Amino acid sequence: MKKAIGLTGDEAVAYAAKQCDVDVVAAYPITPQTIMVERFSDYVANGEVQTEFVCVESEHSAMSACVGASLTGARVFTATASQGLALMHEIMYIASSLRCPVVMGVANRALSAPINIHGDHSDMMGSRDCGWVQIYVENAQEAYDSVIQAFKIAEDPEVLLPVTVNLDGFIISHSMEGVEVLDENAVKKFLPRRRAELKIDPDKPITIGPLCLTDYYFEFKRQQEEVMKKVPDKIKKVGKEFANLTGRSYNVLHTYGIEDAEAAIVCLGSTAGTARVTAEKMRKEGKKVGVVKIRMYRPFPTEEFKNAVGHLKAITVLDRACSFGAPAGALCSDVKTACYESEHRPKVSNVIYGLGGRDITLTDLEKIFDHALRTAETGVVEEPVVFAGVRE
Amino acid sequence: MVKLRELPTEELLAPGHRLCAGCPMSIATRMALKTIRGPTVAVSSTGCLEVATTIYPYTSWKIPWVHVAFENAAAVASGIEAAFKVLEKKGLGKKVDVIAFAGDGGTFDIGIQALSGALERGHDFVYICQDNEAYMNTGIQRSGATPRGAWTTTSPVGTVIPGKPEWKKDLIAICAAHGIEYVATASISYWNDYITKVRKAIEVDGPAVIHVLSPCPRGWRNDGSQTIKIGRLAVQTRYFPVYEVEKGQYKLNIKVTKPKPVEEFLKVQGRFRHLLKPEFRNEIALIQQWVDENWNRILKLCGETS
Repeated sequence: MKKAIGLTGDEAVAYAAKQCDVDVVAAYPITPQTIMVERFSDYVANGEVQTEFVCVESEHSAMSACVGASLTGARVFTATASQGLALMHEIMYIASSLRCPVVMGVANRALSAPINIHGDHSDMMGSRDCGWVQIYVENAQEAYDSVIQAFKIAEDPEVLLPVTVNLDGFIISHSMEGVEVLDENAVKKFLPRRRAELKIDPDKPITIGPLCLTDYYFEFKRQQEEVMKKVPDKIKKVGKEFANLTGRSYNVLHTYGIEDAEAAIVCLGSTAGTARVTAEKMRKEGKKVGVVKIRMYRPFPTEEFKNAVGHLKAITVLDRACSFGAPAGALCSDVKTACYESEHRPKVSNVIYGLGGRDITLTDLEKIFDHALRTAETGVVEEPVVFAGVRE
Repeated sequence: MVKLRELPTEELLAPGHRLCAGCPMSIATRMALKTIRGPTVAVSSTGCLEVATTIYPYTSWKIPWVHVAFENAAAVASGIEAAFKVLEKKGLGKKVDVIAFAGDGGTFDIGIQALSGALERGHDFVYICQDNEAYMNTGIQRSGATPRGAWTTTSPVGTVIPGKPEWKKDLIAICAAHGIEYVATASISYWNDYITKVRKAIEVDGPAVIHVLSPCPRGWRNDGSQTIKIGRLAVQTRYFPVYEVEKGQYKLNIKVTKPKPVEEFLKVQGRFRHLLKPEFRNEIALIQQWVDENWNRILKLCGETS
């Protein structure tokens, strides 16, 4: 029987973590993630979970404790945002390199200065290359669903990588929605206990995190890249299994109206929903537009993306973070790199939007679509990078 | 106190590591591992011990060993302890003892926050700070543990400044202020006192801190054959008082009734060589004054009279 309850994005993440029988949570509060740790603390206080909640003194220690705990073979969860993610940055590389399948909820928020508590993707983009699998969600339902799937992806013995589930600060983290939740036993069946082969085990002592110099370091890094290549298929497989259970299917990217479109918007997170509603309206007016939502940002779904957009004439990539001094935003740079060698590739333009939580509206998106359609028609990208919704 | 013949002959820190000849860290680590009572996990912060005992694909560690980064040994130990605790509750594992090894840089300076957090949260682990009084792994830079007057590459002896101008930070007072059950200083030159304390720290149900002085031949600028002797001088000159704080009670473990002048300790180390020059000799008097005041302060805490 389907059961829907009212949850904010943060609450949905905490609720999912509760159902995943997490052994250790080490976390520190930060807006707009705080509700995740608050709700989880309630579960601990009420005896609803069998979890050691390590209420650490900083995000740096949160991630450090998560690495230590994960190396014992335990299931580990944490959550953060913004400055907290930046403080974790050093240890995030170590978590992935030591192959710790930690799952982390990130309520994406702008980075200082000036200090700002609202949603953009600057935080995660700053740790883009840290070797974590990075999933972006569109709403609270996807946040709930993705946390459960994230553990299954992360803990797969052929993956063993940490995963972030990214939800836009406030827009998703603090908005209440009806979220369809699974029965606890169904989650248990979908996500059996983690079985770690290599771990901290006094009966089989191993040395973890040694010094590794010019003679071996490079091979370790090469292996990490090989593992990343296996991730897209795992995400698809887990997404299908989840669909069998819930009727909600998940892939590495999701498209809307793309088949017959001439122009499309490519984006991450909650904006995909707004873009889709805009596209629906415009399509009714006969305008051939579509949307590509990248769900799995790392590893970047290069092949799937090329297949999805190869027939389009123009795409506009929306970046909710600024990569200062770069030729384009981070997502747009990935898109261009992915498409560059294709024989048929669309014209690509880039819009930087929504920094510090500034809204993007249906009207804004309609303008962006219209612009993309014009590029599709003329074959000319007038301005490769545009800042939308900012005072100039 | 233990008898030598009671110590296990098994070596849990295998020889062949790349620590310097005369390095006190191998001595302190090897001795600590002789006191373990059961399944034990070691955590190291980044530093000499870490880089010299685990050069991939080799390792000296015969117990599980984890290194994550420089400033977080206490936080990593927290996570390991928490995980084994919950796994035991769930019937999926057995409790283990956790010992974190960190240097003075990783403890007094960059790791003090993680240590403070772990002590406050009350994780059941032992934290051993091997204090060689500077960042030796990166080539002798001053830390909060470097004593006044010592030469390091970032507190060099110039024409106007004779080495480090600041005094050493009081780690034990900081740790004891957390109200934890056991905090102690120790010296590898008094091995029995040291290993008795490590075992005591392991037996404590909660966090315990051992601050062991590690005379580093490279950084202190002395011959590697003099490590134990210099460690002993540090105690006999009252430069490094050996005491413990158990459940808030201070106890002086090594009484030094006839102290040698601190100069005896200073003059055998190249890092203090400049203090013997006439223009800087006043520094020695200041250091002696600090030693006397510190000793009297600790005596008072220990309820001793002389």
